[in-house]
Amino acid sequence: MSELLKVPTMAEFMAAGKQPEVLFWVGCAGSFDDRAKKITKAFVKLLNNANVEFAVLGTEESCTGDPAKRAGNEFLFQMQAVTNIEVMNAYEIKKIVTACPHCFNTLKNEYPGLGGNYEVMHHTQFLKSLLTEGRLTIEGGKYKGKRITFHDPCYLGRANDVYEAPRDLIRKLDAELVEMKSCKSRGLCCGAGGAQMFKDAEPGDKEVNIERTEQALDVKPQIIAAGCPFCNTMMTDGVKNKEKEGEIEVMDIAELIANAQDL
Amino acid sequence: MGILPQIIFAIALCIGLGYFANNVRKIIRNIKLGRDVDMSDDKPQRWKNMARIALGQSKMVTRPIAGFLHIIVYVGFVIINIEVLEIIIDGLTGKHRIFSFAGQTYDILIGTFELLAFGVLVAVIIFWIRRNVIKLKRFMSSEMKGWPKSDGNIILYFEVVLMCLFLTMNGADLQLQLNGAAGYHTAGSFPISQWLLPIFDSLSNATLIIIERTAWWFHILGILAFLNYLYFSKHLHILLAFPNTFYGNLKPKGQFENLEAVTTEVMMMMDPDADPFAAAPEGAEDEVPAKFGASDVQDLSWVNLLNAYTCTECGRCTSECPANQTGKKLSPRKIMMDTRDRLEEVGKNIDVNKGVFNDDGKQLLGDYITNEELWACTSCNACVEACPVSIDPLNIIMQMRQYLVMEQSAAPMELNNMMTNIENNGAPWPYNQMDRLNWKDE
Repeated sequence: MSELLKVPTMAEFMAAGKQPEVLFWVGCAGSFDDRAKKITKAFVKLLNNANVEFAVLGTEESCTGDPAKRAGNEFLFQMQAVTNIEVMNAYEIKKIVTACPHCFNTLKNEYPGLGGNYEVMHHTQFLKSLLTEGRLTIEGGKYKGKRITFHDPCYLGRANDVYEAPRDLIRKLDAELVEMKSCKSRGLCCGAGGAQMFKDAEPGDKEVNIERTEQALDVKPQIIAAGCPFCNTMMTDGVKNKEKEGEIEVMDIAELIANAQDL
Repeated sequence: MGILPQIIFAIALCIGLGYFANNVRKIIRNIKLGRDVDMSDDKPQRWKNMARIALGQSKMVTRPIAGFLHIIVYVGFVIINIEVLEIIIDGLTGKHRIFSFAGQTYDILIGTFELLAFGVLVAVIIFWIRRNVIKLKRFMSSEMKGWPKSDGNIILYFEVVLMCLFLTMNGADLQLQLNGAAGYHTAGSFPISQWLLPIFDSLSNATLIIIERTAWWFHILGILAFLNYLYFSKHLHILLAFPNTFYGNLKPKGQFENLEAVTTEVMMMMDPDADPFAAAPEGAEDEVPAKFGASDVQDLSWVNLLNAYTCTECGRCTSECPANQTGKKLSPRKIMMDTRDRLEEVGKNIDVNKGVFNDDGKQLLGDYITNEELWACTSCNACVEACPVSIDPLNIIMQMRQYLVMEQSAAPMELNNMMTNIENNGAPWPYNQMDRLNWKDE
């Protein structure tokens, strides 16, 4: 499959004297994490399939600085931000899409103050717009009629009030969308945000991802849909912890759409 | 009796309002100890937020039972204040029911007050049961032990007593009106206190007058006492909810402020033309170097401090907090309570030392809020979303993390590793930046 992926870089576009329609910001998880790389590829397949002229920064991309900022290291965050902004401004980037809500939030909200002004979209918003423009078709395929619950990523939902784009896409799969007890603006965190992903949790009586997984299991889904590579990891671990990995899949929305079309 | 009651009333009113005004001045002074931030943008949106969230109680109703009961108490509180106005004018002029010239309108008003007073009474009793019998989890957290628990109950007792006095006063008045007692002209309608008539109808007019007057005096003195209790309690939200929602955050919740002091330094480091040996600009040598982040209340912004005074310890933030739900020490409500307690301590220090703060060797970080609490936060904004009056505990947590990391290098080791990775290879994990596109061919 992988030989079919077309992943041009900004440098290649520049060399050809062209501008892509959109920059795909892959993010650190999407570049390096084995699970998240599958999401990245699924999204690229969808972009290729919809003939979207996109480019990636490739080796010129660097961490947005989100985990450093939330950990309290404003200095490191701004160093990262200013470096990335320099690269993107040199390429005259106007529009960015990313599959990571943390990158999304940082690029969209925290880069403008440092000189980086771009239109930033989460991949679910972007896919929704492709759908509206008729460039992407979504079929249910093997997900038709499946019970799917969506776990709201904090940095997409509460942080930026994006609740409907991912849900609209799931509905398009002809799936049965079921909501957990805490959803949308009251969605419970997966436990990874605020740099928690990179450290052990403080002493307590439970891990946050277990609590959230239990909420998900309560609605008896066949699939837990995620829109964030970190939530994906946390929920996957939660499902494994409950020994339900045989029955319940944790999938990114991009993967669901790509798989449904056998891409 | 002559003019004596009027004089006593005027004195009581002056003492009550004067003492309250003095405490309000202290609150304003303490809030101004905070770092200055400009909140003068987008006034129309701010007014709208205040109208919707504070006046309209829009976020209270996300929890329907508490929200509904709270609205009764809130509407009761606001509307019954019209009655307080009449009581004050009566007290100062020596008249009885001065607004009764309004005739039927007055009857409707008094009738409404009575219904609301009864509603408040019922709501407050249910609130008491929720706190003391059902023992709702969010009122039982460790930070609610001792004074905060008593404080919550004292407020409820105050309200029960005030409403009972109001209804007793009206009931005795009605009986006196029916008896045709001198000075008690027919005025008002009494849908609730009329049920007290069976108790009153056997009493003499003299006894009834004593009951009516006693209830009247204790009612207004009770209100003055309640007003002054506010400053010592967690109940200031009845006033501060309005400025607090006005000055609430208008940006997306995920957008954290970029520290300007850091930007200046970063820009200088990135500027190839910057002269590292350049003399500091005129006057800059005398400036105290900026402190990164917050370790005490004076480092926080005045909005954070206003937030702390506004918090009424309802605990919706804490009950939505993923860290707290899973047994971690972090409780966003405690962050707000600690901030207020420390601010009060600093304020008292300033009072004692004639207007200057004398270093007491304590600070918010460590003496009130521990590192463990700060590091348990996932920055998920659930607490911010849950607050019915736009308080932002996360903002305080982040400023304190900044202090820990940038001033003390006191991040947990794993986070230091993560940050070193970002510094060295542009990712939180130890992967080479040159391998960033390898996924394409895997």
